[in-house]
Amino acid sequence: MAAPQAVDYDTLIPNNVGLSKDKRVLKALEKWHPGYISWWNDLIPKQFQESLVYLRTAVSVDPKGWARFDYVKMPEYRWGVLLAPEVEGRTVPCGEFAGEPAWQEVPGEHRATLRRLLVIQGDTEPASVEQQRHLGMTAPSLYDMRNLFQVNVEEGRHLWAMVYLLQKYFGRDGREEADDLLRRQSGSDEAPRMLGAFNESTPDWLSFFMFTYFTDRDGKMQLESLAQSGFDPLSRTCRFMLTEEAHHMFVGETGVGRVVQRTCEAMREAGIDDPYDIDRIRALGVIDLPTIQKKLNLHYSLSLDLFGAEVSTNAANAFNAGIKGRYQEVRLEDDHKLHGDTYPVVQIEDGKVVLKDMPALSAINMRLRDDYVKDASGGIKRWNAAIAKTGIEFSLALPHQGFHRQIGVFSDSHMTPDGDFISADEWSARAGDWLPSTADRDYIESLMVPEFTPGKYASWIAPPRVGIDNQPGDFEYVQLHMA
Amino acid sequence: MAQRIEFNTSPGNYRHWRVEYDGNVATVFMQVDESAGLFDGYELKLNSYDLGVDIELADVVQRMRFEHPEVRAVVMRSGRERVFCAGANIRMLSGASHQHKVNFCKFTNETRNTLEAAADDSGQMWVCAVQGACAGGGYELALACNYILLADDSNSSVALPEVPLLAVLPGTGGLTRLVDKRGVRRDLADAFCTVEEGVKGQRAVDWRLVDESVKNSQFEERLATVTAEFATAQVSRGDRSGIALDPVQRDIGEDGSLRYSCVSVEIERDKRLARISVQGPDTDAPADLDTLHREGQNTWMLRCVRELDDALLQLRFNEPEVGVLVFHTAGDAERVLAHETAMAGWRDSDWLANEVLLYWRRLLKRLDVSSRSLVALIEPGSCFAGMLAEIALAADRSYIAEGEFDEMPGPEAALQLSALNLAGLEMGHGLTRLQNRFYADAPSLDAAEAAVGVPLDAGRADELGLVTWALDDIDWEDEVRVFLEERTSFSPDALTGMEANLRFVGPETMETRIFARLSAWQNWIFQRPSAAGEHGALQRYGTGVRGDYTAERV
Repeated sequence: MAAPQAVDYDTLIPNNVGLSKDKRVLKALEKWHPGYISWWNDLIPKQFQESLVYLRTAVSVDPKGWARFDYVKMPEYRWGVLLAPEVEGRTVPCGEFAGEPAWQEVPGEHRATLRRLLVIQGDTEPASVEQQRHLGMTAPSLYDMRNLFQVNVEEGRHLWAMVYLLQKYFGRDGREEADDLLRRQSGSDEAPRMLGAFNESTPDWLSFFMFTYFTDRDGKMQLESLAQSGFDPLSRTCRFMLTEEAHHMFVGETGVGRVVQRTCEAMREAGIDDPYDIDRIRALGVIDLPTIQKKLNLHYSLSLDLFGAEVSTNAANAFNAGIKGRYQEVRLEDDHKLHGDTYPVVQIEDGKVVLKDMPALSAINMRLRDDYVKDASGGIKRWNAAIAKTGIEFSLALPHQGFHRQIGVFSDSHMTPDGDFISADEWSARAGDWLPSTADRDYIESLMVPEFTPGKYASWIAPPRVGIDNQPGDFEYVQLHMA
Repeated sequence: MAQRIEFNTSPGNYRHWRVEYDGNVATVFMQVDESAGLFDGYELKLNSYDLGVDIELADVVQRMRFEHPEVRAVVMRSGRERVFCAGANIRMLSGASHQHKVNFCKFTNETRNTLEAAADDSGQMWVCAVQGACAGGGYELALACNYILLADDSNSSVALPEVPLLAVLPGTGGLTRLVDKRGVRRDLADAFCTVEEGVKGQRAVDWRLVDESVKNSQFEERLATVTAEFATAQVSRGDRSGIALDPVQRDIGEDGSLRYSCVSVEIERDKRLARISVQGPDTDAPADLDTLHREGQNTWMLRCVRELDDALLQLRFNEPEVGVLVFHTAGDAERVLAHETAMAGWRDSDWLANEVLLYWRRLLKRLDVSSRSLVALIEPGSCFAGMLAEIALAADRSYIAEGEFDEMPGPEAALQLSALNLAGLEMGHGLTRLQNRFYADAPSLDAAEAAVGVPLDAGRADELGLVTWALDDIDWEDEVRVFLEERTSFSPDALTGMEANLRFVGPETMETRIFARLSAWQNWIFQRPSAAGEHGALQRYGTGVRGDYTAERV
């Protein structure tokens, strides 16, 4: 059966999965809906709920023209269940069932593993909205505020996507897990989110940009590997989510880029060459480049932890079961089974970092992380090109993968961003050189004053080169309701 | 795995546990050192455990009783964030010999049994505080506690994932504690055992898997309240403070022989047997409680039981091919009884006397579940009296020397029963060894029980059915030799099965069911290709490739 392309707006939940004919799932989703709305309403400050935001809403899953821009009040956003079109004759791309027809129903054998993966993925979606809930108050422009809300509603929709799969395919357990996704709260002692990085706060806008650049990119890689699932509804769901995720990467990359841009411009205007002349640079109301590097170090290292241990049984099981593939699995040229294959994995031996060949099946996480590192380095090059253009001698860099790690082979040791092992004492003494200190955070926070005039931007960030949906520079991306 | 396994440990040497004492409450933190596995080839990730971790826990439980009798409630919790305990380490299991796996499970169950009995026996109540994942043997640890508190944070769960994940029997003690102790309904238990990620929150309470599910914000407070309630509800036996337990002193000979202060073990390797000799007390019984406490760990009854316990564990783990344990005693039976009588007289009012007797009961239980043939040789000059007579009753065969022997000087051999043989040293299924021996024979039981207090020579012991054979000096040497040679010639497996079946007669308790089911099912599954074969789940674990299962149902 080919999936209907048009999105059905007849039901409370826009969808292209024929919900109106699937009474059982529709009922379950409608039951879940109020809890979701009240989660949303509790989360986002009131004045923003009432504001009209220029948002993109998915109206079709056609790769060319799926989005429509219009003013929407966020609680009225049409969160829907949208799957990428079914690919005729799709097969399980990897593992012991590679080449067999992709599953349209959950195989009983893999039900638990699949459900767990969905829950972990689903848990990150609302978590980031929770982490970013206060940022609207300090938005550096209406343009940025709109981007924040776009990211937020899309994370909300991604939650819907996972909830749909849970409710459609996982019965009673799936429904309970769906409820629990609204129960856990980022940073809560009571019921924290499942992954560490999603319980960290996103206190300021530079953090937000770093988060969307680095942490959402982990999300992208996870979605990429789930898009290679032999369970077809999951694959289709993730393929569509990836089209939305691209916008988050865009917000991250251009966000950091604009901060860097503004800093360099301000230095030039003030005739400052030395990027380490921090006091003078800060006096200009911009964020000095070394501090940006520290923020980068923090978010990159937290995001690497999200890939889990380098050698992982769970990842091996998921791959072999055909539940989760590698990045761009179908484009890789091997037998897609990996029995007997090896992959180089970082290990510490005699105080040195070495690469050792390990069974490729167990090294699935390592491989995805390597792909991530490659993917994440693109933006760094572009930021550095922008810095170089202004003539300032400074370049941003990804720290060594062993720097500041809590999970995996590096979690028991301390390392500098350059990759030298150091003692715990030295780490305590020097961590402030590499990670944002309280003073750094305080300084950044002092810059977080809202700029709500259309077309205006806070002192520390440059305007974007082009507007969203090609709107002009002074476009009112958010019609604020400030009652 | 040829290295010698050591059971002597002390808090200063712990790698995996930490204990904090606060008045009558102790907190035991499990914080397994990943890199400190007993053998090479695996890391103890996520608070998973191997025998080494359990040896320390056994030491913790034991010391709690002797060194900290003031403790009335014990909290067991994880010293790691977001994980309670992931259970037995799978890579350790897949690398271990069958023999080691079986003995590992047996030892961990003995530890859990003693922990479990701590409330009734010693007035120490264990409360398990579960935050994070608690799976497999980790949940079995929780099951062994008297009360389970589970964090209600939608992350913490209890689970027995063995069937879907590893193709082995769930838990450490099979599923007995689940249905017998916690009373989990059988179909829900079935469902629970097939859900890899386990059960959380209110459902865990509804299914009786835990006692309470508590939000993290109230967790510490609730834990403190529960613990305090249990602490005040427990009776204490006197207010004398704890005694020190130093490591058991012994010399190990090159031939594997063991020499302690009042126990020695000689190994006759060609005959695959070990002779365990117990030397009776060389001093009078402590005159009063002050003396007993002053003697502390050096008082004969405690010294002897600790040494015997260590010897049994040494033989179990380090001498797997020694198939027959031959028990000898030497000394003054009256003195043995004097020590024992004094201790029994003080047990209700003094914690130490009580603990020493409980320790003897545990030791004898360890003997009951031994996979070796147990033989008692009651010779001239021996002192099989009271709790030492109980060794003869625990044996699969007992031989008493009749009359005088030229080559064995000393008083004529005799067996002597005491009040302790009638109550206080019960087996795992709740019967005394006399009741077990004469299960369907009330007159014989009555006659044996009536014989308490007088030395029973060979003729009398034989008449009462307390020994297998009474042999005079003409037959003794040859009969015993032939018996031992015959025993060695039989299939060790067949003997282990036969003996285990005959040792326990009549009723079952949770404790005996645990060992019986463990032996029958877990040890069987551990042999089958689905779990242990070259392509079985244990070997395949971690590779990502599923185990190949044999389709036939046996």
